[in-house]
Amino acid sequence: MEKNRLSEFLIEKSLVITAIFSIIIILLIVLFILMEGFPAFEDYGFFRFLFGMNWAPSDGEFGVFAMIIGSIYVTLLSLIMAVPLSLLCAIFMAEVAPNSIRRILKPVIETLSGIPSVVYGFFGLIVLVPIIRTNFGGTGFSMFTAALILTVMVLPTIITISQDSLRAVPHEYREASFGLGATNWQTIRHVIFPAALPGIITSIILGMGRAIGETLAAIMIAGNVVQIPGSIFDPVRTLTANIALEMGYATGLHYNALFGTAIVLFLIIIILLLIANYIQHKYKVDVGGGYL
Amino acid sequence: MRGLKSQKIISPKTSQKIMNAIFIISGIITILILVLILGYILIMGLPVVNLEFIFANPIDSGASGGIFQMIVSSIYVTLIAGIVATPLGVGAAVYLVEYAGEGKITKLTRFGAETLASIPSIVYGLFGLAFFVVAIGLGWSLLSGGLVLAIMALPTIFQVSEVTISSIPSSYREGSYGLGATKWQTIYRVVLPAAIPGIVTGVILGMTRVISEAAAVMFAVGSSLSMPLSIFDPGRPLPLHLYILATEGISLENAYGTAAVLVIIVLVLTFVSNYLVDKYQRKIMGR
Repeated sequence: MEKNRLSEFLIEKSLVITAIFSIIIILLIVLFILMEGFPAFEDYGFFRFLFGMNWAPSDGEFGVFAMIIGSIYVTLLSLIMAVPLSLLCAIFMAEVAPNSIRRILKPVIETLSGIPSVVYGFFGLIVLVPIIRTNFGGTGFSMFTAALILTVMVLPTIITISQDSLRAVPHEYREASFGLGATNWQTIRHVIFPAALPGIITSIILGMGRAIGETLAAIMIAGNVVQIPGSIFDPVRTLTANIALEMGYATGLHYNALFGTAIVLFLIIIILLLIANYIQHKYKVDVGGGYL
Repeated sequence: MRGLKSQKIISPKTSQKIMNAIFIISGIITILILVLILGYILIMGLPVVNLEFIFANPIDSGASGGIFQMIVSSIYVTLIAGIVATPLGVGAAVYLVEYAGEGKITKLTRFGAETLASIPSIVYGLFGLAFFVVAIGLGWSLLSGGLVLAIMALPTIFQVSEVTISSIPSSYREGSYGLGATKWQTIYRVVLPAAIPGIVTGVILGMTRVISEAAAVMFAVGSSLSMPLSIFDPGRPLPLHLYILATEGISLENAYGTAAVLVIIVLVLTFVSNYLVDKYQRKIMGR
């Protein structure tokens, strides 16, 4: 009996370790990224790093501002295309489509989310870049080309999460609206959509996180020129691309500056996560059980 | 008044029809995107894929020859990730559902998993380099890459396991306690066996995520072209090979073939996990 109690105790304690393991790993990630990135801030100056326009590692210039703007532009441009399409698709799946069509769309979206990002990048490189080149001039490597591929990549995220929040709107809401003589579309527009809005906004923010963190697809088609783009057909370099392109040969302060780039990226993601969390917690009650 | 006016311009019935058409079009666009991408990759890639392509070693940095080394590397890193992440993810899920209940540690763990799931893969790549390759001293190796991928697979395995374990009816546990079993005996002999299909699904979903990953391993596995003999050797998983082939313009033909193989692997994994979810859900609902 005593032995039994001891082993139960040990098992419980080791399970606690597995439970907090993800937190330990996050702390380790933050620690190592900060440790390696900090010297860049110290030597080059944090604000000069963040707002500097000049990225020329061979001359000791490490300003990442153009890449911050590049990442934000590409992400916003892809959201402009992805949000309408994915919300329509989510509403279609949750409220309008008969079961048979739903059964086709669900695996389609799962497959879209499973396709590796290199394959998306490769498809963009081989198919989209030439199309953009012939139709809009330039090299074809552009912010717009990258945004097109990112649109496809964030579709599954936005569709899946917003669909969940649409489904979570209580049935009484629909019945009350139908009872007042509203059509299906009127019900969706005036009742279900507003009720599901917090979840929908969360889905868009998470989609944004995915787009801003995407690396290889962006490298393969965005053109990677360090500049603030003048038009959507100009090439850009994202924060993620900057890291992946140069890490292979970086040494010294350059190496630290790439970790510094990762810190900036990490901060953007944390801010997005905090906003998403805040919305979820704030509106949890208001939606009336419609929590994710 | 304005509301009334605008409703007079288009009657509710017409707007319903217009919106239905728009909804259907959005669904069709989504399906077309998938068909276009998969179709293109498979049509261009499948003619390249044959037994020789799969079982031959690359020649001239992959300009010709096959992708055998890359398949071996992919299997190694994915297995390492699964072996490391499964006990951690399932253990955390068991602890949360069976011991902790809704409390601080549960919130913390969920927050941890959500955060891990949203860290960009390139940040994992840097962490892998700074931590596993340099600080721990594993060097550029399949082991370093596999461990980075284990961290990436962890949130998926944990989240799916948690949902599954908490869906096991409490009557199962009560029956076991009634027979005099201890808590751990109940978990090990009753709860976990009942949760196996869900846990397997979670593991497959985690594997699907990591087998497609290139950015997270690009600074950890070393991208060597020679055949890895052990997990301490460098290697080059399939997605990384595709990235290098495509961006360095080594061989378009082999890039198509590699992309097709990768897509087929992902399709099979997605199909299997879907099948399991379907079967398992029916089992629960049929009860």
